[in-house]
This record gives sequence, structure tokens and C-alpha cells, in this order.
Amino acid sequence: MRPGTWKFRREGEEGVIRIELVKRPQHSAFFSAMSPFIAFGLTLVFGAILFAAIGKPPLAALYSYFIEPLSEMWSVHELIIKATPLIMIAVGLSVCYRSNNWNIGAEGQFIFGGIAGSLIPILVPGFQNAATLPLMMIMGMIGGAAYGAIPALLKTRFNTNEILTSLMLVYVAQLFLDWLARGALRDPNGAGFPGSIRLSSAAQLPEIAPSQGGAHLGIVFAVIAAVVVWFMLRSTLKGFEVRLIGSSPRAGRFAGFSAPGMVFFAFLVSGALAGLAGISEVSGAIGQLRETISPGYGFTAIIVAFLGRLNPLGIIAAGLVLALTYLGGEAAQISLGVSDKVARVFQGMLLFFVLGCDTLIHYRIRVAGRAIASAMEKS
Amino acid sequence: MKKLVIGLASALAVMTASSAVAQDKFKACFVYIGPKTDGGWTQAHDQGRQYVEQELGDTVETAYLENVPEGPDSERAIERFARSGCGIIFTTSFGYMDPTLAVAAKFPDVKFEHATGYKVAPNVTTYNSRFYQGRYIIGQIAGKMSETGVAGYIASFPIPEVVMGINGFLLGARSVNPDFKLKVVWVNTWHDAGKEADAAKALIDQGVDVLTQHTDSAAPMQIAEERGIHAFGQAFDQIEAGPNAQLTAILDTWGPYYVKKIKAAMDGTWKGEEQSWDGLAEGILAMAPYTNMPDDVKAMAMETEAKIKSGELHPFTGPVNKQDGTEWLKDGEVSDDGTLLGMNFYVEGVDDKLPQ
Amino acid sequence: MDIAQNVILTIMTAATPLLIAAIGELVVERSGVLNLGVEGMMVIGAVCGFAAAMITGSPWMGVVGGIVAGALLSLLFGFLTLSLATNQVATGLSLTLLGIGVSGLIGESFVGKAGIRLPSLNIPGLTEIPLVGKLLFGQDPIFYLSILLTAGTTWFLFRTRAGLTLRSIGDNHKSAHALGIPVIGYRYLAVMFGGGCAGLAGAHLSLVYTPQWVENMTAGRGWIALALVVFGSWRPWRVLAGAYLFGAVTIGQLHAQALGFGIPSQLLSSLPYLATIVVLVLISRDRRLTIINTPASLGQPFVPDR
Repeated sequence: MRPGTWKFRREGEEGVIRIELVKRPQHSAFFSAMSPFIAFGLTLVFGAILFAAIGKPPLAALYSYFIEPLSEMWSVHELIIKATPLIMIAVGLSVCYRSNNWNIGAEGQFIFGGIAGSLIPILVPGFQNAATLPLMMIMGMIGGAAYGAIPALLKTRFNTNEILTSLMLVYVAQLFLDWLARGALRDPNGAGFPGSIRLSSAAQLPEIAPSQGGAHLGIVFAVIAAVVVWFMLRSTLKGFEVRLIGSSPRAGRFAGFSAPGMVFFAFLVSGALAGLAGISEVSGAIGQLRETISPGYGFTAIIVAFLGRLNPLGIIAAGLVLALTYLGGEAAQISLGVSDKVARVFQGMLLFFVLGCDTLIHYRIRVAGRAIASAMEKS
Repeated sequence: MKKLVIGLASALAVMTASSAVAQDKFKACFVYIGPKTDGGWTQAHDQGRQYVEQELGDTVETAYLENVPEGPDSERAIERFARSGCGIIFTTSFGYMDPTLAVAAKFPDVKFEHATGYKVAPNVTTYNSRFYQGRYIIGQIAGKMSETGVAGYIASFPIPEVVMGINGFLLGARSVNPDFKLKVVWVNTWHDAGKEADAAKALIDQGVDVLTQHTDSAAPMQIAEERGIHAFGQAFDQIEAGPNAQLTAILDTWGPYYVKKIKAAMDGTWKGEEQSWDGLAEGILAMAPYTNMPDDVKAMAMETEAKIKSGELHPFTGPVNKQDGTEWLKDGEVSDDGTLLGMNFYVEGVDDKLPQ
Repeated sequence: MDIAQNVILTIMTAATPLLIAAIGELVVERSGVLNLGVEGMMVIGAVCGFAAAMITGSPWMGVVGGIVAGALLSLLFGFLTLSLATNQVATGLSLTLLGIGVSGLIGESFVGKAGIRLPSLNIPGLTEIPLVGKLLFGQDPIFYLSILLTAGTTWFLFRTRAGLTLRSIGDNHKSAHALGIPVIGYRYLAVMFGGGCAGLAGAHLSLVYTPQWVENMTAGRGWIALALVVFGSWRPWRVLAGAYLFGAVTIGQLHAQALGFGIPSQLLSSLPYLATIVVLVLISRDRRLTIINTPASLGQPFVPDR
């Protein structure tokens, strides 16, 4: 039996239902815009079933999941704080993935950005002026880009697969940060506990609207990064090169573009943005260098990148949606006692629906059902 | 359509009803670093929460958030609790310290209790348990039970709490066997059963015949059982995993403390700026039954436990030298709590270099 | 010298779940599909294996339960990526999120229970042979299965017609389709094989390695398995070598700590990752070999034209 085919038996009659994808002649603008909403609708329906199945009031659960986190200003700010690193990293990754460079080590580049960016305010705490923050941000970008350059160098020079190197370097970065936060960069007055000194106010990213909530300047960087990369991909020669090498490396070579050059470009851009996200998180959200500075943003951002269809503007929306699922999960835990495991299942479900519905952009689904004279009856 | 409207209305009714109930009861909230069923640290706190529900019944409502990462996520979680009407919030990981203080500053009427930290405020206290008392007792038992005279210690991260435990254990062991040695392996994780098992096997292969751990899973106990050596349970009674291996276990019993502080918050006697550090005497930790050991060792362990409870014995009493041989505590001198809470050095006899 | 034997045993036990999950993923990737959900399928295998063993009382049923659970979860991945042509990377990562959540729910009632260990092989007379007895004749059944899997996969991929077909699909699904090969069907089978292997690897964790269920007990091993496939440049015996290398460095650093050399534990803990990178750099300098073995259409969705 062919895949995508289901046998059914009803009232003694056998038949097959077949689901087929039929490629559209051109991609559907209608579904391109509508598929997230269809996915959202499906998530609501199945989410309601899920919550009812575990004995929670479905509407109340959906309310606390999707509305409650948005119903108060402070919570919207928290949403932005959570989405900021996801967006910034994912924008960089979109350049990588569009050019066929499989950087899955953004987590490590994020960490190195955090480390490099906070060196100045930790080692020279007296250096407090208008140059402090810009220097920190630049150092963070350099740190992330430098760490991203390692897999790029190994790929171009030694032909080493970047999936492995970038992933393995994540663990190395985590352990290196742990070592620094407990050793060289530890707060001498911290009672022996890990973590650096608190950053001075001159070294902390200012909040965008302090009276309303805690969102910091990082979100502005993220949006600027998204717009710049969007423009670059869309309207510049470099963007054309990214897209061409991504879709056909051979064609890229014929066009005279350098493949190793593109590897470096992609890794440096995504590394720098991950690094900027790292120092923004340390400087804007945490306020010190700790032994862990990321609950896996670098990995979650991979989902965000694809959820946003590798389009920087789509990534902004995707980052906000994914952040909302985290906040919603917490709200549902508090108001209804929905376990955090259910929240994660729900999150997975939402992602599957969104990914599945995006299929409609390029394909039509044809459901062909027909009764068949059962072969078994005949034999 | 009518059905749908009724359904909507009833769902809304449930929502409002539940929030109405919430306002009548005093709400105690808990923020957890791990899953509430981690078999270790977080589970012990969650049992404390369940104990609260049992003891205080209808007068209190509890809520918790699990798997809350340290950093901005924890600040948001704590703030959401503070806004949702919690009267008292327990934040149960060291890394929640600054987020707890930041939220506390915004909500002066809510009471905050932060586990294992050292910063307080008018509405923030810290609390901790004198685990080293238990460590001293199991050290003594190890000193008596070990034939090779070497114990293995599976450690998580080099923070003062863990270092204090290692030192307490070794001082206990050396009080009965002055030549006792200790091998330490850092696994750089709180819970990874496989890695803990690997560390246990490595230590046993290098000749230790008693194991103890400062990580969460029961895996080392299982390995000890399999290899026929002895071990000590961590946070929970792990006798099921090691019926022949477990000598005793240090039990984290936060429940009574939580009940005491929630009651205080309800009747208005709760005070901020306090740093509570209870021990065996107050019941914030306890020892599991002493098993798989001769009667004389058992008697010794029970005597030590009684002495610690009565205050007659303090595990960190001089003469004690630091690892490099310099004097730390003079004969008869007792360490102050501040030094213990910030402990970042080994005592003499630990066969390891403290990661710095 | 029983110590040497014990140390090698420890290494093999640590490497076995990595090896099994990696062999499964190798077959998936050879068919041209990249499933980054190994961690999720593995953790589902761990909890379902544990649950099946506890409910039936038989660790063998646990093994079956782990395999079935892993394969079922992979079917969800297959449906999305193969039938609906969704993006494989994002779907795989979402599968990991879902797997961790679902495993936590299933496992809630099994936490803290002492599990049932799958009994190790014991052949009187042979298992007691000094130095090598336990290594050859005294290990757990899943270990022997992992060696068989490696050998069997090598044979299948490089010595059978179906294996050749699978590899040709991974190299160029369009020409394979043009030749009338049912691309999607092969890929479904490969994905389910990968899921079953990941489930088996998880069951090894909860029935052999550490017979208990703890939430998230795979602790990132699925990711290491993914890296090992690349490390082995999609060849089974190289994957085996990689798994044992990784296991050896992991266990070796614990021994180095216990000996008290005074090297920072963070540096020692990062050695397995660094070692993997360095060795891969050394062996992947031969560009030709890498290109021959890398499935060319890896990660690209395929929808047959009709």
C-alpha cells in the first residue's frame, strides 16, 4: 500500500482514502497569508480537546494561554524580553540556512557574545561613560562572530561538517562560561557563589518604557537587524548571492561567487547577531554574567527561523508567537494548575499545525476516496 | 448555537468562581528550578508544599511553577505570582536571588522567602538547611564501614553548599579514622542519571567502597547495590534502589518550615530581613533509618545525631586545618556561620583540587 | 586486571545508547531525511520502555515498548515531513519539544520507582574467563543487539539491492522517482527504523544503564547521536568507532578526576566534544570520501510530481 493511503471499512464495504499533495503552479498568496490563522484555529480546536481530556476547562485554559499574557502591559513587556533573543538569533540563522550553512551552534555563539561583551564592565568596572554600552555591544558581536568563525574555518579549510562542529562547540562554550563564572570573572564579594559583579547602570541596556515594564533596548536592535537583513536578502547583490548559492551551489560558482566566502559571511553574520543577542541578554535582562545565561535560546531560535519561513520579517512574528507559548504555559500553570508538560505538548502541537499548514502555500491537498471491491472477499 | 452560548457562559463561570475562591484563601506559591518529580531537590520542596496543603487544609491554597530557568524567566515567573495574589512566595534555587529581590522591591506587601541565598530585604528572608550536620554523620559511618579507607564523592558544581558538604563528610570520617581519604568527581550537572552512574563506576573501579553524592538521581545507589558496596541516599530515602547498599540517607524535610512561615504570614507575625538556617534539631532535615551496618556503628551514628541535635557537637569544631595545612580553626573553636555559608576551600585530607 | 575490563565495560555501556540512536539516524539520513527529533524519540522510548516493563513485569516487554513508542512518534514526523512536505529541521526540533512534554506526562506515575534491569548474558564457564569473559559473554542483550545493528546496517546499505535503492534516494530523490522507485515509501520505512532505534536507545537508558525513570533522562544524548552520524560520515562502523571514542573520553575524564590531577573539571568535561571535533577534522580532510558518503538530498523535501 502506498504511503498516505488509508484503508477503511464501513458497513462491510472496503475502500481507500488517499491524501495527495499537488504542487501549485505558483505559490498561493492566499494561503501564504492565511495559513498561520488556519493553524491557529486548528490549535484552538485541538487544544480545547487536549485540555478537556485532562479535565481542565478548555476555554479558560485557552484564555490564560493566549489572552492573559497580553492583557497586562508588564506582561507584554515580558513577552518582548523573551522574544528579543529568539528574534535576533533567528534573523542571523536565516542567512545561514538560506545559503545552506547548517549552523546549529547559535547557542554557543550567544554565550561567547555574552562573555566577550561583559568583559569590559566586569574587568574595568570604573569605565562608565557614553562609550561603555556601544563598546560592549561591539565586543559581544565580535565574540559571537569569532566563535561562529571556527566552524566556518573548519568547513572551508578542512572540509569538516559544520553540523557537528557548531553543535559540539555549544557544549564547550557552556563549560567555558561555567568555568569563568566560578573563577576568573567571579564577584569577589559574592560569598563564594558563581556569577560576576552586577553591571553598573552605565553598562545596562536602558529600558524602552520604564514606567510600563522591563523591556530593554535589545528589541530595537532585533527589529533593526531584521529589517536590515530583510533588505539585504531582498534587494542587494549579496542577498542575491545568498539565495543563489543556497538554491544551487553550482550556479553560484558559475556566477563567480565564492563558496568559502559565503560560508564565512553566513557564519559571521549569524555569529555576530547571536553574540549581540547574548550581550543584550546579559546587559539588558540579567544584569550580570552568570554561569548559565540561556535556557536554550540558540536552539529554540532554529524553530523560530523556520517558523518565520526564513524571512526576517516573518521571524519577528514567529519569535513573538513562540515567546507567547512560553508565557501562556506559565499563566495556565498558575491559574489552572495545567502541568508544564501539558504546556510543552501544546507548544509542540501548535508548531506542528503551523508547519503543516504552510504546506498549503505550495501544494493543494487532494483527498481521493473511493470504494474498492475488496480483494480479500474475492480471494 | 444555544449550546455553545451555555458552554461559554459556564466556562466563564468556572473561571470567575475559581478566582473568587482564590481571594478567600491565603495563597502560598513556589517557584521550582527542576521538574517537581526530579527525585531530588525540587521534589523535596514539592513534598513540603503538599505537606502544607495537608496541615493547613482549607485555609491555604498553594500553586507552583516548575522548570523555571534562572535569569529573566524566573523574574517573570515570580512577578506573575506576585500579581496573581500570592501572599507568600518561596523561590527555591540560589540563582533566583536577584530576581526575587527585584520583584520584592515592586511588591512590598507580598512576602518572599529565598532558599540558599544571602541577600535579604524588608519583605525578603532567606532560608536554608544545615545539611552538613547530616554529612558529618554519614562521614562517620563511612569511616567505620569502609575497608579500603577511601570514599567516593559525586559532586555537582563547586558552590559553597557542596564544598561544605564535602568538608563535613571528611571531618566526620576522620573523627573515627584519621587516615581516611576522599576522592571527588565533579559531574557538572545536578541530574543526569547516566553521568552519575558513570562517575560511580569510575570511583568504584579506583577502589572506593563507600559512595556518597551531591546530585539528584538514585543511579549511584543502584550501581553501589550492583557492585556490592555501600552508599548514602540523597534528599530522599533510596532504600528501594539499594536495599543492601543504603546505610542511611539525608532527608530534606522542608514541610514543617513551610507550615511555620505560612502560618506566620497569615497571622501577621512574619518578619523580613531574617536569615534562617535550621538543622536536625528543628526538623528541616532528618536521617533515614540506619540500615546494613553493625549495631555498634548504628549506636555511634545515633549518638552523634543526638549530640548534634542537642547542640553538644558542632561538626566544624577545631582543630581543623585547611587543605594546604594552614590552620583554620583552633582547638575548640567553632566556625561561624558566615564562613560556612561562603565556604570556598577544602579541609585537610581531601584528595582533589577545588575548581576555581 | 579486572579493573581494565570494568572500565571498558563502563565505556561500552555509555556508548551503546549513542550508537543505537546514531545507527537509526544514519539510515534516516541515508534516505535523504534529516530528523533532528532524536532526543524526543529517545526520551519517549525511555519512558515507554520503563512503563511497559513495570506494567508487564518483563524487561523484554520494556524493550519492545521502547521500540514501538519511538517508531510511533517518528511516524508523526514522517507524516508531516513526507506526506505534508514540511520543513524537516523545524519539524524535528518540534518533535523533541513534544517528546519531552509527552514523556513527562506518561512518566509522572513512574517517578522514583526502582526499575527492572534487563538481565545480562551469563554463560557459565565463559563469562568467568579472566580479562575478557564479561566483555564478550557477560554484557546486556541490547549491547549485542547494537553490534548486530551496526553489522546488519552495513550489510543492508552496501550489500543489498534495497540498500542501494535507499542510498540512491538519499543522493537524488528526483532521479530515483523517475526510475519508478517509491521514494516516500522508502523514506517512511527509514524514518520508522530511525524512530525504533532511538526508542531502543532510550529503553537502554531506563532498563540497563540506569534502571529508573527520571524526567529528561536522555540529557542531550540524542544530540550527541546526531553528531556521531556526521562524525562517522554516514558509515556504520565509523559511527561505532565514534561512539566508543566519545564514551572512552567521557569515562576517561571521570577517572582523571578521581585520580586527583587537579585539572579544572569543566576542561575535562569538554574533552569529549573537543576530541570529536579534532578527530573529525583529521579524517574529513579527504574531500572526495566525504562527498561520496554525504547524502546529497539530505533535508530537502520531496513531493512526487503527478
